Amino acid sequence: MGSVKSARGKENTFPKLLLRNAEKFSAHPAMREKDLGIWQSWTWSEVLQIVEAYALGLKKLGLKRGEKISIIGDNRPRLYWTFVAAQSIGAVPVPVYQDAVAEEMAFVLNHAEVTFVVCEDQEQVDKILQVKDKTKGVRHIIYDDGRGLGDYGLETLHSFEAVCDLGRKVMEGDGKAGEKWRAGIARGKGSDAATILYTSGTTGQPKGVVLSHDNVLIAATIGVEFEGLTENEEVLAYLPMAWVGDHIFSYGQTYVAGFCVSCPESPDTMLQDLREIGPTYFFAPPPIFQNLLTTVMIRMEDASALKRKMFNYFIDVARRVGEPILNGEKVSGRDRFLYRLGDLLVYGPLKNTLGLSRVRIGYTAGEAIGPEMFKFFRSLGINLKQLYGQTESSVFITIQPDGDIHADTVGKPPPEVEVKIAKSGEVLYRSAGVFQNYYKNAAATRKTKTRDGWVHSGDAGFFDDLGNLKIIDRAKDVGRLKDGTLFPPKYIENKLKFFPNIKEVVTFGHGREFCAAFINIDLTAVGNWAERNNVAYASYQELAALPGVYDMIEENIDAMNRDLAREPDVAGSQVRRFLILHKELDADDGELTRTSKVRRSFVAERYAPLIKALYDGSKSAFIKTEVTFEDGRKGTIEGDVAIRDLKVYPAEIRKEAAE
Amino acid sequence: MSRANGADIKPGETFLHVDDISLSFGGVKAIQSVSFDIKKGEIRAIIGPNGAGKTSMLNVINGFYQPQQGTITFKGETRREMRPHHAAKQGIARTFQNVALFRGMSTLDNIMTGRIARMREGLLTTLSDVFFSAIYFGPAKRREMKEREYVEHIIEFLEIEAIRRTPVGRLPYGMQKRVELGRALAMEPDLLLLDEPMAGMNLEEKGDMSRFVLDLNDQFGTTIALIEHDMSVVMDISDRVVVLDYGRKIADGTPDEVSANQDVIDAYLGVSH
Repeated sequence: MGSVKSARGKENTFPKLLLRNAEKFSAHPAMREKDLGIWQSWTWSEVLQIVEAYALGLKKLGLKRGEKISIIGDNRPRLYWTFVAAQSIGAVPVPVYQDAVAEEMAFVLNHAEVTFVVCEDQEQVDKILQVKDKTKGVRHIIYDDGRGLGDYGLETLHSFEAVCDLGRKVMEGDGKAGEKWRAGIARGKGSDAATILYTSGTTGQPKGVVLSHDNVLIAATIGVEFEGLTENEEVLAYLPMAWVGDHIFSYGQTYVAGFCVSCPESPDTMLQDLREIGPTYFFAPPPIFQNLLTTVMIRMEDASALKRKMFNYFIDVARRVGEPILNGEKVSGRDRFLYRLGDLLVYGPLKNTLGLSRVRIGYTAGEAIGPEMFKFFRSLGINLKQLYGQTESSVFITIQPDGDIHADTVGKPPPEVEVKIAKSGEVLYRSAGVFQNYYKNAAATRKTKTRDGWVHSGDAGFFDDLGNLKIIDRAKDVGRLKDGTLFPPKYIENKLKFFPNIKEVVTFGHGREFCAAFINIDLTAVGNWAERNNVAYASYQELAALPGVYDMIEENIDAMNRDLAREPDVAGSQVRRFLILHKELDADDGELTRTSKVRRSFVAERYAPLIKALYDGSKSAFIKTEVTFEDGRKGTIEGDVAIRDLKVYPAEIRKEAAE
Repeated sequence: MSRANGADIKPGETFLHVDDISLSFGGVKAIQSVSFDIKKGEIRAIIGPNGAGKTSMLNVINGFYQPQQGTITFKGETRREMRPHHAAKQGIARTFQNVALFRGMSTLDNIMTGRIARMREGLLTTLSDVFFSAIYFGPAKRREMKEREYVEHIIEFLEIEAIRRTPVGRLPYGMQKRVELGRALAMEPDLLLLDEPMAGMNLEEKGDMSRFVLDLNDQFGTTIALIEHDMSVVMDISDRVVVLDYGRKIADGTPDEVSANQDVIDAYLGVSH
């Protein structure tokens, strides 16, 4: 791994850290889960006891060193314990996205040669059994929640409790079993494979990123030291366990720093649970913040006139002075007073409602966040920062340092991470977190990772004068219009997505005359508008086709065009024509990745007739699309989609003298 | 307690026997000498065209209507006349064709009301109980906690954690149906009567509801009698089906037998496609 330091301290694997934490923070809560409406918690020493029994049970069932064990489900304590239990006996956990359809799961299970699968519930067990013929390597299935599984009568199907009981029996029969287990842990090395995370992959089949204990733990440690995290942090684990972000924040860093992770009662209750837990350290991809913002804005529309007035007034104050205050800049006494008053009347209660009162550090990553949205949260006094990372780097490539935040950048490399820009404009990085290899895919590994440890990120970017990294787009996505004007699709899309009515955007323009867009409306926001205006609709398709909705979206895009005109570099990429798609882009149809990123080329292919219509001047187009339901059945949606033209504004000359 | 009997009835044995029931409203003969049985642990569907007398039959079973003729034997106890609260006490719970919840109360409170029939047992029998209930602490609090725990199990079972505190009037229809089922379950019924549990639901909600009905039957061994119009649901989840038409029983048997029965096809399903 070149010059980078190897693991710090003696505890260079997860199981070793568990033993340490059970001693160092023995009575400190390690895990929390809301069950029957009450938060139940487990201390580090309790976790150790469970994991020990569980690990021995798994071993007794036949899980061997080096074998892969898959973990499928929402964030549940027992699934997190499966990671460390498997690692303690040398097996490699392979989490899989819980909303993947059975076929996608079969691919991962086969590719990773998985022998054990741990499922959250019947839904996941059914999916695995459905593809049983294709996944012959799977010997045992273990489930957390036994509901509905009573009469399956399969010898290879076990409950979590049964596996733990098996482990306890082993311990009763052999007094030394526990000791041997600990000795096994002591023999573990930091360079051992800790996990294989399958990247969602915007193109082609997913790739299995092999991360060692060193990768995950050193990366986690860098983050812990950079932000000064302690065992007293509170986090809510609600993002997919198969995603590297959750792996670092809800698993890696808790073991390093010893803080407690809380699991929501169910995915639907996440916002309520967030409020009850009041995390101090919060990670969310932009869609979650967008969702929060939309909810707030909708509820304010329904509020009384007085409240609305007060809200708007103080939000304006915050927009003006909130960020400077957070950054520790000089602000006049009057503004300071107003901001404090606003905090008392608006920001404080608002943050409390959102569950963000105690947030010391908030991260957003995954994709670029709209600057307006970013500023909105920061102006309320929430220390939200952007972070740039990938699965291949165990997350951390750059972080915005406190007090040095520039909305349009992703910050600076933290200590021990090196970043450089290739001649092509691609961002390259090297750190201790850099992955080992793509599992069983040497060709891809060679293409991505150079011999001396530099990794090609696939993103285009540059450093500004202050040393902050700016990411423009995926390197291969940044395009040019026919006349050579720069066309950064993501940049435009993110600007549009800031409008509460717009949920998803796909823009086209590379090699074409002008820029055009597909819009997905936000059903919550637009549905609320429909309700307030007594507009009846039966489906997304019907709502999306209403002229009133088109008018609203047209206004939004028009505002964005005016905005773009002020930026000479991209002024030529104003959106000239748009349409509202007749269906929501969906991961089940392959239009989005499991982390909700648009699969651009796939969408372009699928909706080719619509793109053609955007550029040939027609006023509407007919489209028929196949849709896949969650259980795998297929149906079709069809209809006419209207297309509208937009005004374009002349680019403004940059004002030399700032106001 | 009267509900103690019936415990010795084993799954598969007759649980409820409806014998020669006739019910009329003035000149309208809603039910004409219908007999059938429900076995313990089964899912029994009652189907038929509109006005066939299905809901009337449920109303007779749970004591809301008094039949002019015939008897009902439940858990070995034969009766002719009964009031709904007796039925509740005997362990019969039901949901309604039109949702009948307390709209201003939360999901949690609505389901808690289903516990009342059970909470009365033993409460307020002595003076000290009255005292402790009044000040809430002590036995009353412990009891409240116990009942709440039971209700939380139901909330978990029906996956309605997210709407625990939401007034039911604000919930979508499919969710209200689910809450209503929750309230019926709170009575820990031995026999659950569901009157069109899937009416007005979309495909996904129907799927969810079918799963709850099956899980309920599977995990708690609850005997279920349901009225339903959606044939695919009926054929999918029920063990046996009884078909009514103009107040008369025209067929009785497994879903396969019933759907092959010419009378049923003529009367109800129309010409087979």
